[in-house]
Amino acid sequence: MATTVEPQVPHTAAEQFALRQQSPLQRIQHTLHSHPTISPLLVLIISIIAFTIINPRFIQPQTIGIILQQVSVIAALAIGQTLVILTAGIDLSVGAIAILSSLLMANLAANNGVPGILAILIGIVAGVLAGAINGTLVTRVGLPPFIVTLGTLGIFTAIALLYSGGQQVGRREMPSILLWAGTPIVIGPFRITMGVIIVLIMAVIMAFILGQSSWGRHVYAVGDDAEAARLVGIRVDRVLLSVYTVAGLIYGITGWVQIGRSGTASPNAIVDANLESITAVVIGGTSLFGGRGTIIGTILGALIVGVFRIGLSLAGVDDQWRLFATGLLVIVAVSIDQWIRKVKA
Amino acid sequence: MTTTPRNSELTEEEKSTVGLGNPPVLADPKDTVLSGRGLIKTFGRVVGLDGVDVDLFPGEILAVIGDNGAGKSTLIKALTGALIPDSGQVFLDGNEVHFRTPQDARSSGIETVYQTLAVAPALDISANMFLGRERRRSGPLGSVLRMLDKKGMKEDAGKSMANLGIATVQNMGQAVETLSGGQRQAVAVARAATFASKFVVLDEPTAALGVKETGQVLNLIQQIKSKGLPVILISHNMPNVFEVSDRIHIARLGGCAGVITPKSHTPTEAVAIMTGATTLQKG
Repeated sequence: MATTVEPQVPHTAAEQFALRQQSPLQRIQHTLHSHPTISPLLVLIISIIAFTIINPRFIQPQTIGIILQQVSVIAALAIGQTLVILTAGIDLSVGAIAILSSLLMANLAANNGVPGILAILIGIVAGVLAGAINGTLVTRVGLPPFIVTLGTLGIFTAIALLYSGGQQVGRREMPSILLWAGTPIVIGPFRITMGVIIVLIMAVIMAFILGQSSWGRHVYAVGDDAEAARLVGIRVDRVLLSVYTVAGLIYGITGWVQIGRSGTASPNAIVDANLESITAVVIGGTSLFGGRGTIIGTILGALIVGVFRIGLSLAGVDDQWRLFATGLLVIVAVSIDQWIRKVKA
Repeated sequence: MTTTPRNSELTEEEKSTVGLGNPPVLADPKDTVLSGRGLIKTFGRVVGLDGVDVDLFPGEILAVIGDNGAGKSTLIKALTGALIPDSGQVFLDGNEVHFRTPQDARSSGIETVYQTLAVAPALDISANMFLGRERRRSGPLGSVLRMLDKKGMKEDAGKSMANLGIATVQNMGQAVETLSGGQRQAVAVARAATFASKFVVLDEPTAALGVKETGQVLNLIQQIKSKGLPVILISHNMPNVFEVSDRIHIARLGGCAGVITPKSHTPTEAVAIMTGATTLQKG
């Protein structure tokens, strides 16, 4: 018995055919397969160049600062959404949890005399609990994430409305710490807010954990093939529960960022957050089928949406075209994902 | 080639049975790597295992064959913690063990290569090799920041593959989904061989493979054996079983229809015993 497996030597026509030079298209497919963030990065760069050509005001530091501020809340929610989608799930309760957290913080501080920092912490803990409820329903009751979060979307929204009486809490009623995320910072010519910095820090931390820890690998493995993950000894339920809980933590912090961004805590804020966060994740190259995607991609995806919003408005185009363009990007992004998943050896 | 008489040389009376010469004597579990004694597993009224005895000796390749529903998988699952037998004992190195989960068996040094391979296709080879037992970096980067030792794991994955003579895959950073069926099988087998300290179970490793890749996997099985690790090979494929195995456990109707060797019997006889066309002499 030979001790080594011989390298394959092509001797039939079919084997030679299999070793033929790759077509340029196949090479693109392979490159995108190994570096999936290339496509959102290209879209971002090309759209920035295009919008600058259309209206040179686009590239001004002031515009870029506005884009970053506008994008921050959706980008933050999309970080949590990325975690959930990586496990082949979906979270429709992102906005509801963030609003619930923000209303809890604001009302506790404004109406119940709870110190600002404590109110923020309680609001964030509420986000964590809400995420844990989602995770428990997904793992213990075994319901599909779509159904669980569709249900909790309604439940958390109702709780938020009932608790706040449908009233918003204004800027003057809140202690300044609740509005801290809205504090402007000037970095060189750029004018951004603390909220943007908080979101960036969350993105860096989550990207690091996903890329460098065994928990991160397990998240990918669970989304890629849950049965395989179970067979190699990964506790799939625990990973899923932790993913929904960490997502809840991120939504809770985002609730605070949202108060700073808008200056109020309103039950009617970020109504489109669910779909916009999913849009950012998908445009960023994360697969809705789980197991592939990155936080960097999601941030790029959120930026692309923000760039289109400002760029099209500066170009003097009707805002409906932004919706059109975003919709088109989602379809193109998912088509690219389907295509690169078919990559051959 | 064979030391026992063939059917044609037997008398009419003997034709319904194929003799081993000696009655099967159960080994002392102290002499085996793994022993199952009187294993019973029922699923409601369905009998999965009907008091099965099985032995795995050091350094051997034991094939487990049998028709669909004969109890091959149930037997293996009962031995590796995937199922808990209703009754009976399992001995590992002579000591009785009670595996409650596949992880219990894994932590005891038993590795299983499932038919589905249990690989995450989007992850690379190195990540799959260490999936569920990732290694952290030394120093504060590992203990405080919990960073993975990606470089070290990649190197060791490469060494494991090279040790088994797998030369067709060089880049451990390659996603498993870009590999061929045989290469994927090789990754799963290399993972099992690397982490097993007692024995390796292979469930139908060649079922989905072509002729050439089947040959490569059989080669891998021999490689594992040559490293001193015993192997349990579950297979339908008679030529494969007769090519690599030392002994063949024939499962039938939840029980064991006998244990033969490739020297004592022909594949045709094995199939006959497996399907109940003939029976092995008892005693």
